Amino acid sequence: MDAKKRFHSVRLNKELCKGCTNCLMHCPTEAIRVRNGRAHILDERCIDCGECIRICDYHAKVAAIDTLEDIKHFKYRIALPAPTLYGQFRNIQDVGVILTALRELGFDDVFEVARGADIVSRAISEKMREPDLPRPMISSACPAVVRLIQVRFPDLIPNIVDIRQPMEVAAEIARAEFCKAHSCEPEDVGIFFITPCPAKMTAIHSPLGQEKSAVDGAISMLEIYGLIRPMLSRIQREEHMHGTSTSYGIGWATSSGEAKSIFQENALNVDGIQNVSRVLEEIENNKLSDLAFFEGNACTGGCVGGPLTFENNYVAKNTIRKLVASTLARNPVTPQQSVPVSMINKYPIRLDVPIEANPAMSLDENISVAMEKMTRMNEIIADLPGYDCGSCGSPTCRAFAEDIVLGYAKEMECIHKLRDKLQSMAEQMVEVAQIRR
Amino acid sequence: MSNTLLHAEYPVEAEDYTCAGEASADIKRKLKQLGVSANVLRRVAVASYEVELNLVIHSDGGVLSLEVTPDRVRLISKDRGPGIPDLDLAMREGWSTASETARSLGFGAGMGLPNMKRNADEFDIKSKVGEGTTIQMGFLLT
Repeated sequence: MDAKKRFHSVRLNKELCKGCTNCLMHCPTEAIRVRNGRAHILDERCIDCGECIRICDYHAKVAAIDTLEDIKHFKYRIALPAPTLYGQFRNIQDVGVILTALRELGFDDVFEVARGADIVSRAISEKMREPDLPRPMISSACPAVVRLIQVRFPDLIPNIVDIRQPMEVAAEIARAEFCKAHSCEPEDVGIFFITPCPAKMTAIHSPLGQEKSAVDGAISMLEIYGLIRPMLSRIQREEHMHGTSTSYGIGWATSSGEAKSIFQENALNVDGIQNVSRVLEEIENNKLSDLAFFEGNACTGGCVGGPLTFENNYVAKNTIRKLVASTLARNPVTPQQSVPVSMINKYPIRLDVPIEANPAMSLDENISVAMEKMTRMNEIIADLPGYDCGSCGSPTCRAFAEDIVLGYAKEMECIHKLRDKLQSMAEQMVEVAQIRR
Repeated sequence: MSNTLLHAEYPVEAEDYTCAGEASADIKRKLKQLGVSANVLRRVAVASYEVELNLVIHSDGGVLSLEVTPDRVRLISKDRGPGIPDLDLAMREGWSTASETARSLGFGAGMGLPNMKRNADEFDIKSKVGEGTTIQMGFLLT
């Protein structure tokens, strides 16, 4: 299995983990178990959505991510700010202030991912014109949602739009333009995405639908926030760069931004990974076959709700809404008007490696063996209390039964079973004691 | 069936919209755990949901059963009535006798039975007014 080699940004800090059941209960793919007093992440199931980072009160779940130090490995450095970064600062009239601040941090160039989103929007609009597409088409923008589909909804893989993420498209263009302007080699340029989530970091190291990512690393938005916050008021007064994206590209930071950018009326947008799961179930049941496009975001509110953001996601969403309105007033163009069709064919934009199903949920490769295990699992479940308390370290009684069958757990690790057993043993001892008297 | 390896039964009550969809959701989960291919999974998902909802909307209640053998998945829906007077008409796309309640919930487009037939590799329906309807669907795994 190549599962062992899989890169994950979401990791555990063993020292800080108390072994509580918070992350256990919130993982959308049941990828966490508590064993020997601390959490373990099942590599093959983890989709790097970051739900556990958000929920952990002890900050024991962390994102492995690059820092500003890491950009020094490259001769030239380019920052790719996700539009979500703009939502972290209230009262910003022009995104150029933030772009200038990023330059001052040591980047030679800044390329807006919102501009990449404009190009991707145009590409998806074109894609949606193709005949006989499965309905609904599912956005490929949120890597956590794509991985959720691989693990839990493999039958929906054909519905995923085969267009790259805005970050990838932005990186391709940024590198090509920079090398042309500065007559340098592509490998001298390090491209770093300023990310709101660990899922994007994982997408860089284990790309979805493409052989290799065009991005070299990802820096947490939290780190960048802390550094540029104090710089902004000064830069605002000075001459600064200007943003180049449309208001629609900026809107990708929030849920529904993508659907709006492709001007697809018959679209549904859903945010929050559990909500996304529920709607994917409905798509699986063919209940939403009248829908043309489905945009799912793992985080509440869209990328503004990412676990590596500072600002409250509702506040950030409102900030983005205002920024979209003021940008649109100043520059009333759509991605379809601002991006010529020639542009979408100039750089690699289609996913060219098939997205595979991830069989992490199956009990065995051999269906007959899997059936035997399931039969045993059902017998075990019938004998468990059904409290789903998590005390055994598995998220539900069903998952516990599954773990027993797979050899990862033992029945007496259920404290309720253990208590019953102790009680009956105690009763037997009393009986024995009474015989002797 | 002597070679049946896995069997599960789900009672489905008439007009019970609270639990509607739970049987097919469990069937889907089981098949995913068995590692059934994406293509079969998708077709069983659609057909099991349709047949479950048919029991809720049109029948007087019944039982949905799942049988899995290494070579096929079988879904059997048996209801207690009322039975379908004209099967040819019922199999026609767009034909529906769904109640107002069902229609207000977005059902009753008359695609249920045709959808099941289209998605299953084997399809058989038998019905007798006053007795009930039995639908058998097979999905080949090999």
